[in-house]
Amino acid sequence: MSELAGPLDDLARRRLGGDGISGFARLTAGATQEIWRFNLVKDGAETPLILRRAPGGDRVSESATGLETEAALIEAAAEAGVPVPPVRCVLRPEDGMGRGFIMGFVEGETLGGRIARGEALAGARTFLARQCGEVLARIHTIDPAKFPNLKRVTPLEFVTLYLDAYRATEWPRPVFDLAFRWLLDRCPPPPETPRLVHGDFRNGNLMIGPDGVRAVLDWELAHVADPMEDLGWICASSWRFGVADKPVGGFGEREELWAGYEAAGGVKVDPDRALFWEVFGSLRWGVMCAGMTQSFRTTDPNVERAVIARRTSETEIDLLRLLAA
Amino acid sequence: MQDHPHPSEIIAAVARFLKGTVAAETKGATSFNARVAANALEMMARELDLAPLAEARELKSLEALLGVTGDLPSLNAELSRRLADGTLDLSTPGLADHLWDVTLTKLAVDQPKYWGYQAALAERPEQHP
Repeated sequence: MSELAGPLDDLARRRLGGDGISGFARLTAGATQEIWRFNLVKDGAETPLILRRAPGGDRVSESATGLETEAALIEAAAEAGVPVPPVRCVLRPEDGMGRGFIMGFVEGETLGGRIARGEALAGARTFLARQCGEVLARIHTIDPAKFPNLKRVTPLEFVTLYLDAYRATEWPRPVFDLAFRWLLDRCPPPPETPRLVHGDFRNGNLMIGPDGVRAVLDWELAHVADPMEDLGWICASSWRFGVADKPVGGFGEREELWAGYEAAGGVKVDPDRALFWEVFGSLRWGVMCAGMTQSFRTTDPNVERAVIARRTSETEIDLLRLLAA
Repeated sequence: MQDHPHPSEIIAAVARFLKGTVAAETKGATSFNARVAANALEMMARELDLAPLAEARELKSLEALLGVTGDLPSLNAELSRRLADGTLDLSTPGLADHLWDVTLTKLAVDQPKYWGYQAALAERPEQHP
């Protein structure tokens, strides 16, 4: 099984009030996160739980917030009325399992294709975009002052960060240069009120059921910035899973997202600013894919990594369709 | 001249073996990874088939746009520089067509099933690579 099973069984008794654990199994082989599921056993009953842990226990990527902060973000989101899995406990050094936290198991669908196209969620798709807007408005009410260690970035700093990452790949992509020029020429000023943004709010990081959004997952890229960034990212072409005419995650319209956002107390959406962040979204994902070549050549020489690197061209055609149609 | 079958034919046969036999007769991560490997080989077969002609066309087009000669990496780097500093932009005659042609060819190799590529082909029927 794993060297974690013993310490986790011990933790279940000491900190979760259980009699032990069962069904301990790894859910993902993700490069940036380890996700395990197990049952907390108490009086013969089993409660499914999730362990989210830094890979190997302690490796955290440079751009990620860190697991303890992620747990605190999820708790703050719950207080703000955002659907999230409840955090049960944050790992401590004496637990002997590295860094991470334990949260409740939420039943639902996270696979983007099934959310965008599956028959089971056809009903949810009629209101999902609006609901995503409402959820984002609530996320943006979380007080950034509670999270002094989160990165603060202006729009210009964010664009520049990815421009530098693109340049570091040392591989010319004229479409990317065209898009960076477009963004730099239209870069909005820093927002009057920077908000705590999720940073990766998209189809694929949302747990969806027939009743809609059940949980917002993957808070590791949260930062403090222009709230429109979150509204643009979920519209990026990369998250439409083949449904070309539904810009919001392959399931809804931009106007529904914006209406939900404004109705739930979000600031009024400026369509030009939203488009800026949508274009940036495609380019940001493109730069992330382009960086996979370096990972493939150094730390992670497996075929899947190489194939993801070759998905960079998807974002190049997305950008041309946005900018040069 | 190297002998035949052409590399792209042999690679396609290996991909068929990985998909039809290895992926089908294994399960879990091995089956998944065999499928990923087959997809990667199919991509390389498409590149061997499409890239030589397309890259010759790209080189000519870059030389015409930039007014200089060179190889593909140096000319693409030069195009990148001029787009970044604004010397060239979408109003430059021939630039948009060049970017479309090169990008559509990339997709024809990398991800011909990508919906954005299919949508672009439908929108630009004159530019089938």
